[in-house]
Amino acid sequence: MRKRLILIAVALFGTALSVGVASAQEGEGSLPHSGADINNVESLQRGARNFMNYCSGCHSLKYVRYNRIAKDLEIPESELQANLMFTSEKPFDTVNSSMPADAEAWFGKQPPDLSLMARARSVDYIYGFLKGFYVDKARPWGVNNVVLPGTSMPAVLSRLQGLQSLVLKNEKDEHGSDNLVPSGAEPMKADPLKPEAGALKPEEYDQFVRDIANFLDYAGEPIKAKRESMGVFVILFLLVFFAFAYMLKKEYWKDVH
Amino acid sequence: MASAPDTADPSKSRRLIGWIDERFPMTKLWKEQVSEYYAPKNFNFWYYFGSLALFVLANQLVTGIFLTMSYKPSAAEAFSSVEYIMRDVDGGWLIRYLHSTGASAFFIVVYLHMFRALLYGSHRKPRELLWIFGCLIFLLLMAEAFMGYVLPWGNMSFWGAQVIVSLFGSLPVIGGGLVEWIRGDYVIADATLNRFFALHVAALPLALVFLVIAHLMALHEVGSNNPDGIDIKKHKDAEGHYLDGIPFHPYYTVKDVVGVAGFLLFFCGVIFFAPTFGGLFLEGPNFEPANPLQTPPHIAPVWYFTPFYAMLRAVPSFAGTQVWGVLVMGAAIVVLFFVPWLDRSPVLSIRYRGPLYKIALAVFSVAFIILGVCGLKPPSGIYPQLAKICTALYFAFFLLMPWYTKIDSVKPVPERVTGHA
Repeated sequence: MRKRLILIAVALFGTALSVGVASAQEGEGSLPHSGADINNVESLQRGARNFMNYCSGCHSLKYVRYNRIAKDLEIPESELQANLMFTSEKPFDTVNSSMPADAEAWFGKQPPDLSLMARARSVDYIYGFLKGFYVDKARPWGVNNVVLPGTSMPAVLSRLQGLQSLVLKNEKDEHGSDNLVPSGAEPMKADPLKPEAGALKPEEYDQFVRDIANFLDYAGEPIKAKRESMGVFVILFLLVFFAFAYMLKKEYWKDVH
Repeated sequence: MASAPDTADPSKSRRLIGWIDERFPMTKLWKEQVSEYYAPKNFNFWYYFGSLALFVLANQLVTGIFLTMSYKPSAAEAFSSVEYIMRDVDGGWLIRYLHSTGASAFFIVVYLHMFRALLYGSHRKPRELLWIFGCLIFLLLMAEAFMGYVLPWGNMSFWGAQVIVSLFGSLPVIGGGLVEWIRGDYVIADATLNRFFALHVAALPLALVFLVIAHLMALHEVGSNNPDGIDIKKHKDAEGHYLDGIPFHPYYTVKDVVGVAGFLLFFCGVIFFAPTFGGLFLEGPNFEPANPLQTPPHIAPVWYFTPFYAMLRAVPSFAGTQVWGVLVMGAAIVVLFFVPWLDRSPVLSIRYRGPLYKIALAVFSVAFIILGVCGLKPPSGIYPQLAKICTALYFAFFLLMPWYTKIDSVKPVPERVTGHA
């Protein structure tokens, strides 16, 4: 009876929690898997380089300090100042963008700070977003995005990626009628106006944005990699502690009949 | 001189204790509450959650104090100060995760603790007041958790507060003024954050600690219930000790240490490997600062409120007002206070009850969990209908209790407790 009750309760809670987690993560099913690895320091270093060169002009990381990046990503401070800092900031400063206050007039909104973007959305979201631009003449910048439709960001990486066009797929709606819905973006085959391929091969571009997404995952929670490696020792310690506590309990309870 | 060990005079410590005992009932309290508090020897798995709740409370108090040292309760600085704790304060991330995960853990252990009472009839005579103190603790815990959730001043904090506080606005006549009084402003704003901070770190924890003390005093006055739901005070040995009881210390102190170790394995697993728990313990939209001009795509309270939130949404507006949902949600808590008198079974423990109570409790538990899931989901598809059915089942469990517990068959109750863990 007792064992059965415990089993039932554990099963119910397990189901409820997994359903909860699944529903909390809902809507991320359509995002591509980034494959970013927070423990890959080289990827993070490349991501930092890519970010500083292509993103930091418009996007700040206002909670992230340059010297913290250098320390965590094993970058010597001289390298940091030569290759990653393009402004007059000091190493202990946070990463600010050079966007003026009236950038809203240019883009329709101020380019957001990216310190916590990976936490607010997800790594896969950033990866999918950076891969998801396609040509859409109806938009102010001539591009739209499959992950964030109606984005106000221009396709700043299109020189690397090349131009893409929207892929539509047929999907039945709840009334059973056919609808064309965006399902992704693919390289433009032959644009009569401006045929253009990117400077990077598709795999190279994927790696390029994967590194950025990975770096932003790091920026969202700088302690993440260390937290997970510490966690292993914490759990091992607790297992030993549990064993000793259990044996102590057994010893004391020997005389309870 | 320097080599004289402290243990040279073994009676020294005893003399110190004697000195204190003449002035303060230290030894008396220790004996009454711990070393000579006789608890039934047959506590099982379900009896870990009381001590675990105390453990989590201590965790929340200690980590909370350290968070307060770096947190800034102002609309302009709150969000940044939390990120400051996460990034620039030494060990700040650990303190914050201990606190945020502790909030969810608190509700998990408290829900299981309450379920234990329903299993073994721990709310029944003579433990009605004990149960009522517990219900008050649960109520305060919900207020404490809600206000704590507002403090990081993320976008979900803001909109969650907006939704929950405006519920009071649906009350007739006083609603509008009441909401304004709670917020201290015409919108959720700096004044609201500041007063929620005051309540979260001073008023409510103080009240919680006092209630926990009252809860324990009531428990130690009447004695613990047990999985057999029988009175252990009937059988004493020659020295007047209960035959089915054992001193809380050392038996249950060493046992509860095992419980704490087991709990910590799960707790630290979450903290170190999944602190957001897939967006369930820390929600994605709350990593964006509060923005009064932009609602999150889907506003849902944290998981531990969702069963009650689902009930709120399940009730349609009627006679031009939404107040019915609010009343139903309130009634879902209020009804808990009456359980000791709603239960008419001659036995306490589920072990000796008939099938009716077993089925009722199982249906109730499943309905409660489904309500929790419904509250997380957007109100579309099957969820609104499911929430309505489960709300009805939730209340049926309590309101029909006098009837089905009375006609239910019972098995003979043993004279002495059966077995021990």
